[in-house]
Amino acid sequence: MRIGVVTFPGSLDDTDAARAVRYAGADPVSLWHADRDLRGVDAVILPGGFSYGDYLRCGAIARFSPVMAELVPAARAGLPVLGICNGFQILCEAHLLPGALTRNAGLRFITRDVRLTVTNARTVWTSDYTTGQQLRIPLKSGEGAYAAGQATLDELEASGRVVVRYAGAAPNGAARGIAGICNEAGNVVGLMPHPEHAIDPLTGPSADGLGFFTSAVTALAGARN
Amino acid sequence: MSDKDTVEVAAATPELTQPFQELGLTEAEYGKIRQLLGRRPTAAELALYSVMWSEHCSYKSSKVHLRKLAPNEQQSANLLAGIGANAGVVDIGQGYAVTFKIESHNHPSFVEPHQGAATGVGGIVRDILAMGARPVAVMDALRFGPADAHDTARVLPGVVSGISFYGNCLGLPNIGGELAFDPCYAGNPLVNALCVGVMRHEDLKAAVADGPGNKVILFGSRTGPDGVGGASVLASATFGDDGDGRAKAKRPSVQVGDPFMEKLLVECCLELYTKGLIEGIQDLGAAGIACATTELSAGGSGGMRVSLDDIPLRDPNLTPAEILMSESQERMMAVVTPANVDAFLRVCAKWDVEATVIGEVTGDGVLTMTWRGGTVVEIPPGTAADGPVYQRPIARPADLDALQADTPDGLARPKDGLALRETLLALLGSADLADKSWVTAQYDHYVRGNTVLAMPDDGGLLRVDERTQLGIALATDGNGRYCRLDPYLGTQLALSEAYRNVAMTGARPFAVTNCLNFGSPEDPAVMWQLAEAVRGLADGCAALGIPVTGGNVSLYNQTGETAIHPTPVIGVLGVHDDVRRRVGAGFAADGARVVLLGRTREEFGGSAWAHVVHKQLGGHPPAPDLDSERKLAALIGSAASAGLLASAHDLADGGLAIALAESCLRGGRGCRIGLSGDAFTELFSESAARAVISVRPGREEEFAALCAANEVPATVLGVTGGDALVIDGSFEVPLDELARVWTRTLPALFG
Repeated sequence: MRIGVVTFPGSLDDTDAARAVRYAGADPVSLWHADRDLRGVDAVILPGGFSYGDYLRCGAIARFSPVMAELVPAARAGLPVLGICNGFQILCEAHLLPGALTRNAGLRFITRDVRLTVTNARTVWTSDYTTGQQLRIPLKSGEGAYAAGQATLDELEASGRVVVRYAGAAPNGAARGIAGICNEAGNVVGLMPHPEHAIDPLTGPSADGLGFFTSAVTALAGARN
Repeated sequence: MSDKDTVEVAAATPELTQPFQELGLTEAEYGKIRQLLGRRPTAAELALYSVMWSEHCSYKSSKVHLRKLAPNEQQSANLLAGIGANAGVVDIGQGYAVTFKIESHNHPSFVEPHQGAATGVGGIVRDILAMGARPVAVMDALRFGPADAHDTARVLPGVVSGISFYGNCLGLPNIGGELAFDPCYAGNPLVNALCVGVMRHEDLKAAVADGPGNKVILFGSRTGPDGVGGASVLASATFGDDGDGRAKAKRPSVQVGDPFMEKLLVECCLELYTKGLIEGIQDLGAAGIACATTELSAGGSGGMRVSLDDIPLRDPNLTPAEILMSESQERMMAVVTPANVDAFLRVCAKWDVEATVIGEVTGDGVLTMTWRGGTVVEIPPGTAADGPVYQRPIARPADLDALQADTPDGLARPKDGLALRETLLALLGSADLADKSWVTAQYDHYVRGNTVLAMPDDGGLLRVDERTQLGIALATDGNGRYCRLDPYLGTQLALSEAYRNVAMTGARPFAVTNCLNFGSPEDPAVMWQLAEAVRGLADGCAALGIPVTGGNVSLYNQTGETAIHPTPVIGVLGVHDDVRRRVGAGFAADGARVVLLGRTREEFGGSAWAHVVHKQLGGHPPAPDLDSERKLAALIGSAASAGLLASAHDLADGGLAIALAESCLRGGRGCRIGLSGDAFTELFSESAARAVISVRPGREEEFAALCAANEVPATVLGVTGGDALVIDGSFEVPLDELARVWTRTLPALFG
């Protein structure tokens, strides 16, 4: 099982995402932003960080990088893709997911261990969880407030595409407490909190985040059989 | 002056008046430069000497004292590079070397808090990078004027946002530091940034330009007009009483940071190191190209020829003097063999880092720079790299006897349980001791995935090797009040506290870095404080058997005649053999025996109680006890590796009362404590070499035996559990009330 992790200029959590892939029992494969090549991986993670320095707008430049020219059609064709934090921002900029991530309500960067509720356990990236399960995972972002038009928000909720919500008040002012969403097919998931920082209680608040990565491994193994 | 002031022109016009005083040089220093060169300096040379001989770069006032910090043979056992290198390097075993250093960015952070603090982080990170290491974490020791002062509301949020912006975007976890307030820092905030890096032994790099014919490459950001004269004009002079107006005029001297470029530069350098493409490397910080070229050539075979026309500029109108003095951020300079130049440039191109060959190493012992067809610099580089050394006059402060005689003995003390309870809450809610989440929540401490402990634990703890679980611990401490009362003892207390904090994680304290923040060296009383602090640090480190590996001196932290409290900030690095055996500060288990380690004396000079409750500073600080610190650290190390401890927390400002409250708050559980003797002294004295720990249930006898074997006095205080901090027969405070008082202070002040 090979899961690619893209490194853009300014990616920061790429080594962490690769570690999480290893913890989940798969092989991380490093993908370079400037290569139009997904190296035949079974799934892709867009990690956290400040790609291209967040210049212009978070994720706005990264979406035009060569690797995205390969990734976007592959994702539309069903390749599992997880975008974490800056990766979520890139997925929105690339129109693989609807909406946008905006400046935190308090206008400050927030690092906090947040409680999340899993609201959709049927996606490729959440199938090892159960609906309603509570997770404790770090959030760390300055522009993490999910925003979308009322119609989009209604549709996301009606179609079960809200994947995780902040339990209690959203610390960043996210619309309807949304912490993560998926596309219609459920293979593309964007998350604002960082599950790759919660894979081992030694270095994180819990190991609750590992499930996102094992879910993909389970789903991919099932698809192969 | 003509913008083409060449060496020939200078030789022919000896009588020309030059603006040496505006550049911060004295008449004697200017005369010395003329004597060294045998002619007047060119405008570019004058600029180069002025920044290289500034207090900030040359340590000309402190050097005679800093020599005392040279480690002895026993302290040097694990030292791979020491004082004088960009940063000290120690061998932590398993083939790993660790480099760490703390540096000030005080003056820029007052003038422009956000960029001043941001570039402070950037600068220290490049120091670590230049040693060959991957930077793995940062810490910040911050001191401001009164928490409720108008200007603190400008400076503090700006400094914190600058550190947050730069460090987070650079991808380095911020694992701890300090936050303190005192009127003495109004107008002179202290922003000290620490960075730590890890490498394999064989990766160690040197700042030398050797091998005639080798190419000199400047890479990273372009050189612009920002930060011109930062080292000489900004960091090496006192701001006037009209601080604000003067500060505004100095704003162009502050640099502007781009953490994204720094991240690219870090990854680019690490790839260059891995591919073996570098012979020597130097970061560009204070004094920019002037410093990098003189230090590289002075450290190597002694000669270098540089073409200033080849330096990529953001502003084509810069003069040679401005090019040399510019402190534009995110730049490095490397020495590369001709055969490796193409490969070097390819790696830079991969990372979108601009790189330009600007000169080459020569064997003639002369640093030569050409510009538009003329030679504008022609000097022996050693004369600029080795600045003047001053033996400044020293005098014990005239007011010190009176200050020491004004002991806190006569201050009104809390008489009953209710008053003790009020005292605890007053201290817990004071800005110095309150919850720091307002600050630390703006920093990413998770990135890179190796942070085992971070604020608010006593020390930061990082995993270095995922297979062996080898790790490093870090803490910084300083106490301006103690040092004002006695800089020798105060510095040893800061050293003791950082040493103790590192030990509390279960790590072995290993090496020391320091940032010496003082007033003007032209004041004999300040120089006495500096000399005493350095002597205290040298003696303290010798007693603890650990070396000072490097550091930084920041002088002129004063407004008019009024200097800050002498504030040496001491960083201690420890080695942790198995980070899975880490110990946190919070009470982690119910029913655990709570034990006080160490001996409590009646010591209130410079205490948080005197400061917060009575706004008083006088008397003598607590007595350091370095032998007991060593024993305490050894005990905690053994107990941690045997798995006996559920928590360990050092006692410092506010004494046992504050330590107990913090252990309750961090662990989310209460405790029931019984005290013998005078409750006020037991709770609030600040005697050194103490800690409060809780023992894993069932391991009490083993732990007691270990205390006896290590000769550490141990007093059983009580047991953890419940939802209140209970002092038997005196008072109790429910946890939610403790939390409310502790957490509300900083948000109420800063929003």
